[in-house]
Amino acid sequence: MSERDECRAGARFPGRLPLSQFQGLMARQERGGRHRRRALPVPAVTTGPVLEVTGLDVTFGTGPDAVHAVRGVSYAVRPGEVLGIVGESGSGKSVASLAVMGLLPPHARATGSVRLLGREILGATEKTLTAFRGKTISMVFQDPLSALTPVYRVGDQVAEAVRIHQRVSRQQAAKRAVELLDLVGIPNAAQRARAFPHEFSGGMRQRAVIAMAIANDPDVIICDEPTTALDVTIQAQVLEVLKRAQRETGAAIIMITHDLGIVAGFADRVMVIYAGRSVETGSVDDVYYRPRMPYTMGLLGSIPRLDTGGGRPLVPIAGSPPSPVALPPGCPFEPRCPIAVPACSEKEPALEPVDAPDHLAACVRAGEIEAEGWSPAEVYRVAEPQVPTEETASPVRPREEREVVLAVDGLTRHYPLMRGAVFRRRVGTVHAVDGISFDIREGETLGLVGESGCGKTTTLMEILELARPQHGTIVVLGHDTSALGARDRMAVRRDMQVVFQDPLASLDPRMTVYDIVAEPLRAHGFGNPGPRIQELLGLVGLDPGHAARYPQDFSGGQRQRIGIARALALEPRLVVLDEPVSALDVSIQAGVVNLLEDLKRRLGLSYLFVAHDLAVVRHIADRVAVMYLGRIAEIGGVGDVYDAPMHPYTQALLSAVPLPDPRRERSRRRVLLEGDLPSPAAPPSGCRFRTRCPLFRTLDETGQSRCVNEEPQVRPFGEDHGVSCHFAEKVEVV
Amino acid sequence: MAGFLLRRLLNYLVLIVVATSLAYMLAASALNPRSNYEGRNPPIPEKVIDARLSELNLNDQTPLVQRYLTWAGDVAHGDFGRTVAGGSVNDDLGRRVGVTLRLITVGVVLGSLTGVLVGAYAAVRQYGVFDRLATGASFAVLAIPTVVLANILIIGAVSFNELTGTQVFLVSGEETPGLEGDLLTQLVDRLRHLILPTLSLSLGLIAVYSRYQRNMMLDVLGADFVRTAMAKGLRRRTALVRHALRTALIPAVTYFAFTFGALLVGTTFTEKIFGWHGMGEWLVDSISTNDVNTVAAISCFAALAVLVASLASDVLHAVLDPRVRVG
Amino acid sequence: MAITDERFAEQEAAAAGLAAPSRLRVVAGRFFGSLQGRVGFALLGLLFLLAFAGPYVGRWGYTDKDFMAFLQPPSPEHWWGTLQTGADVYAVTLRGMQKSLIVGLLAAVVGTSLAAVVGAFAGYFPGWADRVLTWFTDLLLVLPAFLILAIMSPLFAGGQWPLFVLLLAMFLWMITSKVVRSMTVSLKEREFIQAARFMGVPPTTIIFRHVIPNMSSLLVVDATLNVSAAILTETSLSYFGFGIQPPDVSLGSLIADGARTAVYAPWTFWFCAGLLIVTVLAVNLVGDSLRDALDPASKRAVRRGAR
Repeated sequence: MSERDECRAGARFPGRLPLSQFQGLMARQERGGRHRRRALPVPAVTTGPVLEVTGLDVTFGTGPDAVHAVRGVSYAVRPGEVLGIVGESGSGKSVASLAVMGLLPPHARATGSVRLLGREILGATEKTLTAFRGKTISMVFQDPLSALTPVYRVGDQVAEAVRIHQRVSRQQAAKRAVELLDLVGIPNAAQRARAFPHEFSGGMRQRAVIAMAIANDPDVIICDEPTTALDVTIQAQVLEVLKRAQRETGAAIIMITHDLGIVAGFADRVMVIYAGRSVETGSVDDVYYRPRMPYTMGLLGSIPRLDTGGGRPLVPIAGSPPSPVALPPGCPFEPRCPIAVPACSEKEPALEPVDAPDHLAACVRAGEIEAEGWSPAEVYRVAEPQVPTEETASPVRPREEREVVLAVDGLTRHYPLMRGAVFRRRVGTVHAVDGISFDIREGETLGLVGESGCGKTTTLMEILELARPQHGTIVVLGHDTSALGARDRMAVRRDMQVVFQDPLASLDPRMTVYDIVAEPLRAHGFGNPGPRIQELLGLVGLDPGHAARYPQDFSGGQRQRIGIARALALEPRLVVLDEPVSALDVSIQAGVVNLLEDLKRRLGLSYLFVAHDLAVVRHIADRVAVMYLGRIAEIGGVGDVYDAPMHPYTQALLSAVPLPDPRRERSRRRVLLEGDLPSPAAPPSGCRFRTRCPLFRTLDETGQSRCVNEEPQVRPFGEDHGVSCHFAEKVEVV
Repeated sequence: MAGFLLRRLLNYLVLIVVATSLAYMLAASALNPRSNYEGRNPPIPEKVIDARLSELNLNDQTPLVQRYLTWAGDVAHGDFGRTVAGGSVNDDLGRRVGVTLRLITVGVVLGSLTGVLVGAYAAVRQYGVFDRLATGASFAVLAIPTVVLANILIIGAVSFNELTGTQVFLVSGEETPGLEGDLLTQLVDRLRHLILPTLSLSLGLIAVYSRYQRNMMLDVLGADFVRTAMAKGLRRRTALVRHALRTALIPAVTYFAFTFGALLVGTTFTEKIFGWHGMGEWLVDSISTNDVNTVAAISCFAALAVLVASLASDVLHAVLDPRVRVG
Repeated sequence: MAITDERFAEQEAAAAGLAAPSRLRVVAGRFFGSLQGRVGFALLGLLFLLAFAGPYVGRWGYTDKDFMAFLQPPSPEHWWGTLQTGADVYAVTLRGMQKSLIVGLLAAVVGTSLAAVVGAFAGYFPGWADRVLTWFTDLLLVLPAFLILAIMSPLFAGGQWPLFVLLLAMFLWMITSKVVRSMTVSLKEREFIQAARFMGVPPTTIIFRHVIPNMSSLLVVDATLNVSAAILTETSLSYFGFGIQPPDVSLGSLIADGARTAVYAPWTFWFCAGLLIVTVLAVNLVGDSLRDALDPASKRAVRRGAR
């Protein structure tokens, strides 16, 4: 064994590994070491960067249509270091990582240099690359749903990763696969290894992908948005697994994400990418607390924060990212930059050191920003909250006096659970929504939050259907849906409108904006919709002259504005918003959130805002209802619930949301939940949360039996705060 | 699960009964078996014809409903009645299904297998020389009707035989009548008869399957799991075969069952032109000879074949794809 | 308000007049950008020209018989030779082609429309409507089409070929209808359809305004490929004498006659067989290129990369 291997091996085997696992690792290590020596010479200097990328360029296609997806990106990571790469969709951050792995599609060209352990691998032969891939450098992909081959067992796929690089028998590889799955926290690993990917939940699949990535003790792990497709409590678990994997392997991690919160808590250094180019890089603290590039500042200002309430409008960045086909000649951010000067459009600024030697920013005014100490708010000239203007100045009537626009009482929705394609049959009942109650008063926003599978979408659909629910009642604007005739239903439809999550999917691609916005008007028999449409488009901040265009011609944020215009066409009183901003990039999202708040104030709307993003809800909602497995866990005013959550689930949920604040992130206490959401087809008896509840585990026997046998109902605590937990207590977690 | 299977099979039974009855009604009212006996010299007396037709349950003097009931009663007992020539339809059916099976088995297996391989390789080398050639060839083959293809094959084979002075290809029938010899001789004789019809069948299938498989393969080539497999360190070729092809094969295999079911009654041209006395030939002949009972029997068999094929393709799908497997 | 209204009317007109061609232009650009599309389109154009303008150039009508020339090879008098009956091969072949093209086109259009409507309604209305329509589709699927058409063939005599077209169409739509049904089921979950539903737009309007137009690519391609399927079915039926009935001719009946004399009089077989092959080839080429041009997924490679 070389010196390097020995020290790595020593560092890697903490005493807590079971003996069998330890022996397995030992055996593998010897073989692995031999293999490694054969594959590549061990570099003399081990403290240098394991991966060094210099001047990486990636181009798709040729000629005038060529897309420069990545332009001169350089970075280096040392062993054990975590580099965060942050950028919005289309910024080229994923393409850059694929180029490093040599997995670009054939029509892409990559130039520059990628040195792995001192050896150039860009443009290397497939033989060389396959020796590195999965062994020295491995990758965790974004979408765990499609990252595993659907027709093979999970264990076999992990074992395959082992067998590619290690000469072990089939049985040994299978055993090793089970060990790896156990390591990444899959319960019952031996049995679960025999399952197929579709039988795994998203979080479990991502763990399996991580198990494959660490199967051969890589030196570098590239994680491409590893938690984007996951719920926030599962995200916290997976990030924890990644941290453990890093401790076990001592690998460097490159964390690619759009979420500034994840990077704040996870990375040592961060690189911000815009339009295929690195625009700012430095230590996490430098970039978060002393941003020197207006784009970074804009990103930080546009995120709704969990730890600060509403009142302060978000800072949207104007416009949208440039098309990679037609980049402006100067700084690509110049068209959106609030402090652009003529020099910005002349030539692209280079990355240059600012305050600290390893803090670089690509902005001609970086020095000025540093010297003046401008904060993001100053750069974006945020108008001070105009809260105390005429609207709010007019006395807000107390909640009890305002009209109830939506009242849901004991709503229940069960589905038959069908299984099998050939022999389709009912195997159970999904308790999607199981007796929930809430109400919305005029001019109020209720945020309905919860993770996937909690029943929030079912609730929303039940309300929108305006049909008689299986159990309970829904009263919309004074009309009980179980007693609605066709004519009344049509009238209620006029007053209740919906905005969906995916702005592109919710607009018929074959209709012009004019026809899309006119559709509700026509359906309700309004002739001559022209003037109204003009007014509506102006209202949501779109150019009315664009009415003849198709949805495809607009950016994501603009499309969502079209959807909002359509929802407002009939002057509704209640608008149901189904994750209206979750498909948008943060810088765009802020503008839509601000628009929704503004419209609500101006038009006196009430919102039912369904979302999984707790920070957005905190920002926009007045009251919030937290759902878990078809039940409401906690409901109340936003301030009460966020500042002093009383249900253990709410506490876990809030503590799992990463904050874009490195220092607070480091000092935070996380309440980690165990396992996955139980199947809604077989909810636990008594309290549904007890199987994952951290509080439950601390209770004595009598307390536990109460949780097991008695289903908690929502009990009032204080003026407007209800919690369904037998042992609710206030905890501050944010 | 049993309940579901039962309901599905019941639905199949209803479909078969309705389809067969419909075919019988149509055939009994549109075909005219009486014309088989007319225009003979010397003319057959009307009474004799009537008696003969009544005996076969084909007499158009009997009301259609009555004929149908008689026929249906027999069918319920597993008897499809008699042909216009007086033989048992059941016997004919058994014999002809055997002939068709011997004809299509090799052709279908060969055709689909080759087609899948060609299509998969063409997809991997999309827009390469092989892809272009395969695409061009399959377009050409798909545009040639079987009649023309079979005739071209015959013309080619005959000239080959003449040119070489041998009799490698035999163009008519399933075997040489009255051929003496041991098992090997018999087998070789049968093979020589089989080559041309098999080619005529499988060329079309290769064209269809290669187009189909190429599309399926292109769909999975860009899939994330193929990228994952390569990120693990598998070579491109291995990743493609082990992960992409295995997944893209599922639709082709289910399609295979359908092809087989459809061809059981659908090789009309091949059988007619190469002189194999199978189901396809029977179908054409039964209509020309106004053979109502046979038409009904063929319809019943065809319906059964399609439904069994669809069941088989579902089962195959479940076996190959864990996502739809019974949980 | 009248002014803005007018402006909007203008814009709407512009939308209808300009934007629609813009998509058409994109598709047309992609279609004619491929060699396959250009070749297919040119071939099909030539064939139509030949079938419908050709007879005016020839000297013989398709019912004329030249009693001075039975089964003669091509000559200045009879460009493509004559049949055993003395009929001019050029004239009858073009007549047959006309019939085959018309029958194929009509049957495909009728079949695809039927598939679209039945499939969309079955997919949109789960429950009994779906069950009835699906059962009906299954029934037609298990009925042997060839057999039924052959039995009905005496009905097509005496110029009743439109009936033949209808029956042909009856057996062309089932598979497509199943595809349309499953696409409708998933389209129905799409948010723009849900949005229309929650706005109060009636279901039939949704089907014809949102569901069917959003499957137009599939339907256009399917209709094209159905043309060649219909032509081939028509040919094979006519080959056995079950399709187009005399005195009318189609490519199929001509091929059947020609196959008997092909060995010693190749012109009786090869002209009609060759034209049939070229026709089907051209239609298939057009259909395949249309699919590529209409299907955004075929841009996949480029888009994936740019992600």
